[in-house]
Amino acid sequence: MAPPTLVRGQPDWSKLRLLKVIVPAFLLLIGVFTTYYTVPSDSVGVVLRFGKYSSTREPGLHFKLPFGVDEVEILAVKRQLKLEFGSVPDYDYTNPDQVGDEPEKERGMVTGDLNAALVEWVIQYRISDPQLFLFHVREPGWTLRDLGEAVMREVIGDRTVDEVITVGRQDIEATSVTRLAELANAYQLGITVDQVQLKNVNPPQPVQNSFNEVNKAQQDRESMINVANGEYNKVVPRAKGEAEQKISEAEGYRLKRVNEALGDVSAFNAVLEQYLKAPTVTRTRLYLETMKDVLPALADTWIVDGSVTQLLPMVQNATKGGAK
Amino acid sequence: MKAASILVGLVALGVLLVVGGAFYTVRETEVVILTQFGAPVGAPITEPGLHWKTPFVQDVNRMEKRVLEFDGPATRMPTKDKTYIEVDVFARWRIADPTKYFVALRNETSAQSRLEDIIGSETRASVASHELIEVVRSDKARTVPVDVQGQAGNTSPLRSAKRGRRELEQDILKASAPKLVPLGIELLDVRFKRVNYTSEVLTPIHQRMISERAQIAQRFRSEGEGEAARILGKKDRDLREVESIAYKQVQEIRGAADAEATRIYAQAYDKSPEAREFYGFLKTLDTWKAVLGSRTNLILSTDSDLFRLLKQSGK
Repeated sequence: MAPPTLVRGQPDWSKLRLLKVIVPAFLLLIGVFTTYYTVPSDSVGVVLRFGKYSSTREPGLHFKLPFGVDEVEILAVKRQLKLEFGSVPDYDYTNPDQVGDEPEKERGMVTGDLNAALVEWVIQYRISDPQLFLFHVREPGWTLRDLGEAVMREVIGDRTVDEVITVGRQDIEATSVTRLAELANAYQLGITVDQVQLKNVNPPQPVQNSFNEVNKAQQDRESMINVANGEYNKVVPRAKGEAEQKISEAEGYRLKRVNEALGDVSAFNAVLEQYLKAPTVTRTRLYLETMKDVLPALADTWIVDGSVTQLLPMVQNATKGGAK
Repeated sequence: MKAASILVGLVALGVLLVVGGAFYTVRETEVVILTQFGAPVGAPITEPGLHWKTPFVQDVNRMEKRVLEFDGPATRMPTKDKTYIEVDVFARWRIADPTKYFVALRNETSAQSRLEDIIGSETRASVASHELIEVVRSDKARTVPVDVQGQAGNTSPLRSAKRGRRELEQDILKASAPKLVPLGIELLDVRFKRVNYTSEVLTPIHQRMISERAQIAQRFRSEGEGEAARILGKKDRDLREVESIAYKQVQEIRGAADAEATRIYAQAYDKSPEAREFYGFLKTLDTWKAVLGSRTNLILSTDSDLFRLLKQSGK
């Protein structure tokens, strides 16, 4: 496009001869420099001839017609592209759609119980159909951003604040990736949505303290229960052990009682058997033996005739006088 | 010579201009309308590639063939229940009739402003005739899963809605689309991008959330205290149970032991009159041994058995 304009604007009668040489040389040079291009290994080149799609080129060195006849669009189809919502990444990014204009507003959402939550998330996608990507929708990346926000708010709008903040993360990711993939397909963006990942999900700033308070209360509950269980465990197992000890002791007592009884009985039976053979003698013998054992150990033994009737005064005198 | 070459140059320049003016390209993403002195001529050229026109007389007007974006401004509007929310809708549209579009709008800037007017007013109308929850909910059938319900802090239930966000979007699309047809615009889809509370609504919402959380925290603590009390109560109960059962068993065992011993003794001592009598005699002797000791003064009568035996043997 540019070279003809150059020729039109430059004519100078005195240097026409020189121009005859310079202009073709110049054109040739431009021609040489615009006839080749390289497609990087993660990309494809889409070639347009006079604006009409002609072919898709794989990675490598390729040639094209110069002077704007052929145009090449390089698309990184193998690269995973990212869209960030609600936050600005701390690294350099090349994809212009990667970050939104108003991260603050992207973050704010209304939940299905009409509470508010701040949600940050990432969408990962690839260009899967270069022709659709280039020719069907004007701003495919930006369109995916819009859809991403709409889908995430739909999903969040169907969940309670507790699901959003604590337990429902995986469910939210799974639901929104499915829905977003369907929409990207329906819109014919030429894009494959790989993943939706939730990043920070928080209650609004003024409410955060009270959310922490809930967590703390939950911890408190657990610790109160633990303390009580500790108390229980300190006492009851010991009591159970002691109970078993008492029972064992009782069983010991039973064994002892029964065995002793059996022993006593067999001793008695043995003696009885002999006694029955000569009762009178045995009786006398046992009586006298006992007396012999018992009497020497006594303090005093008084022998009084059977006719003595007034025993008490005698005893008093004896103890006073110390006489035997 | 010089004049000739100038002439050649001029002719060449003329040819270049004519040829350059006669050819134009249509890109894959474009549709072209040719205008002659400002008025469209012929059918729109949709086929991409190199094309020919009458030079100088006809002008090329390029328009987008692709699906185009519309992103409305975030607008404050009240819902039916008088809550102020900030609504941001986007839409996708395309030029369905390039000639109509060209005549009516000329360029995209005016198209965008018409879209904003029409979609904006339909959005306001739709939001104003619905409750807030109907703008928020989409899948009306969804409830909190049972396994999640029991989990920590799930107190506020999902609010139910008669209609949902998708239906509102469809309403807006259906209401706006016919108004855009005369402009050669086909409206493909309208969606809510953002629905957020306005700052003045947000403060009471935060207050509500804070009090709700305080309630949950309170519930956790009282649950903890209750559970602890229950465990301590169980501790006392179990302790008493264990101790009393043990006492009971000990008494039973000891009783059984005493009974058994008694039975054994009785069986042996009571088996004949002689055994009974001999047992009494032996026990008497044992009792003597036990009773008489070093602090005992014994007064024996000569009538006692000991001397009676003596007397008997003396006779």
